[in-house]
Amino acid sequence: MFLEVKGLHVSYGDIEAVSGVDFYLEKGELVSIIGANGAGKTTILNCVMGIIPPKEGAIIFKGKEITGIPDFERARMGIRIVPERSRVFPRLTVYENLLTGFYRIRDREKFSERLSWLYEVFPVLRNRQGQLASTLSGGEQQQLSIARALISNPELLLVDEVSMGLMPKLVDQVFEILKRLNEEHGLTILLVEQNAYASLNISKRAYVLETGTCVLEGDAHELMSNPEVKEVYLGN
Amino acid sequence: MLSSYAITIGTIIVIQAIAVCGLNVIVGFAGQISLGHAAFFGIGAYTSAILTVKAGLSFWTALPIVIAIGGLIGLMLGLPSIRVREDFLAITTIGINFIVEALFRYIPFFGGALGIGGIPRIMLFDIRMKGIPFFFLCLFFLCIVILICWWFTRSWASLAFYAIREEETAASAMGISPVRFKLLAFVMGTSMAALSGSLYAHYMQFINAGDFSFPVSVGFLSMLVLGGIGTIWGPVIGTVILGVLPELFRPLVDYRILFYTLLLLVMIRFQPGGLLGEKSLVKNILSRTFKRC
Repeated sequence: MFLEVKGLHVSYGDIEAVSGVDFYLEKGELVSIIGANGAGKTTILNCVMGIIPPKEGAIIFKGKEITGIPDFERARMGIRIVPERSRVFPRLTVYENLLTGFYRIRDREKFSERLSWLYEVFPVLRNRQGQLASTLSGGEQQQLSIARALISNPELLLVDEVSMGLMPKLVDQVFEILKRLNEEHGLTILLVEQNAYASLNISKRAYVLETGTCVLEGDAHELMSNPEVKEVYLGN
Repeated sequence: MLSSYAITIGTIIVIQAIAVCGLNVIVGFAGQISLGHAAFFGIGAYTSAILTVKAGLSFWTALPIVIAIGGLIGLMLGLPSIRVREDFLAITTIGINFIVEALFRYIPFFGGALGIGGIPRIMLFDIRMKGIPFFFLCLFFLCIVILICWWFTRSWASLAFYAIREEETAASAMGISPVRFKLLAFVMGTSMAALSGSLYAHYMQFINAGDFSFPVSVGFLSMLVLGGIGTIWGPVIGTVILGVLPELFRPLVDYRILFYTLLLLVMIRFQPGGLLGEKSLVKNILSRTFKRC
């Protein structure tokens, strides 16, 4: 198994945000975790990245337990996150933002190779490469955030609420890109989303989260026709 | 011929500018607030004084040791920055300043309240460095420090610094170890302060714990904020202005701290980027006048 999370518990002080969640990802899968606000989705993702420590449970990546390893080392092991609200570095240019994602630029050739590929996927970034990231629109910042995570050729991409604050047209665009990355480049993606329809649509499997526990799991398209999911998350 | 008074002011300004450049690496490049920079200025001065007066080394043999010790202590005292951020780091660094000053004042080895005197002048090509030659020696060191800073801003490590300054969590999740780069900033900044302190000791020939007290740190920070945090020339401009102003307005000298504090408040309120920083008034006026020409 590529990524396995077992018995995950996370607390913020006395409040338990995630209480006993298990899930897994096979290599090359696109899996999403859907759920309402405050269900613990972002917490789970941050835990997998290593930004917040779990209270209990184990995270196993490529057969190795990584629960106690700090985030910057996990990043070097090939896990990258597209954080909520993009979190680009505002006073760095688009190009410099991408450069930060490429740890230890010994290999300039590889970097420019990745860069030209990313500029192909996100043409808007090429046009804005000399601009400060703070001058980009929300959608452009989101694209920059994805590109920044991808520049180092990660094996596992964690995507946190990428649709938040984007106009509907852009949401489709971003999801299309994620789908392409998964299908054409075999990138393993864990998607955390409030926009259940869009994420289920491109996922292979999905987990439904409710107040810190997993209530449903299975094939994404089957979940889409599940009456409960339909009523609560998809509407109509 | 320049008067020796002007040379004295100039020399002190150049020496302080070296320390402020160091502070700029910590505060400007890496975004870690430090209100205890004078402690490292003092550590450099005392180390060099002890090595030359008590151990009989020459300034030049002592210098690498001074810089190494400055950097090493900076590394140890930079450790709190990993745990505490922002206001807490400011308080912690103030504390470090008071502790270091107290150690100098109360431990007999450091000369106690009397300080250390009889520090030899620097010898270069068999010439005892003072007056104009010493001024140019300091200027030479300042150029090296500025060159290092400039070279640094062109390296990938500077991007790592900026990333940590702007979004530490995101930077860490990108593979940039905050621990490593914060400590690097402290080591770089404090070794520059130690170099500056060493020059100061050999210039004054007498040092005393009071020369490295908390108000000196506030002065350094004021110079940096005035000139432009995170810029290459800001530290120099700020130091020159704050070094010259009190001399021009002699009555101001007694109210120096009041003046510095007011200046800090005004700058942070109206020109947070400093004179040379982003959106700075001076830069705008300059670029406008040049456009018109």
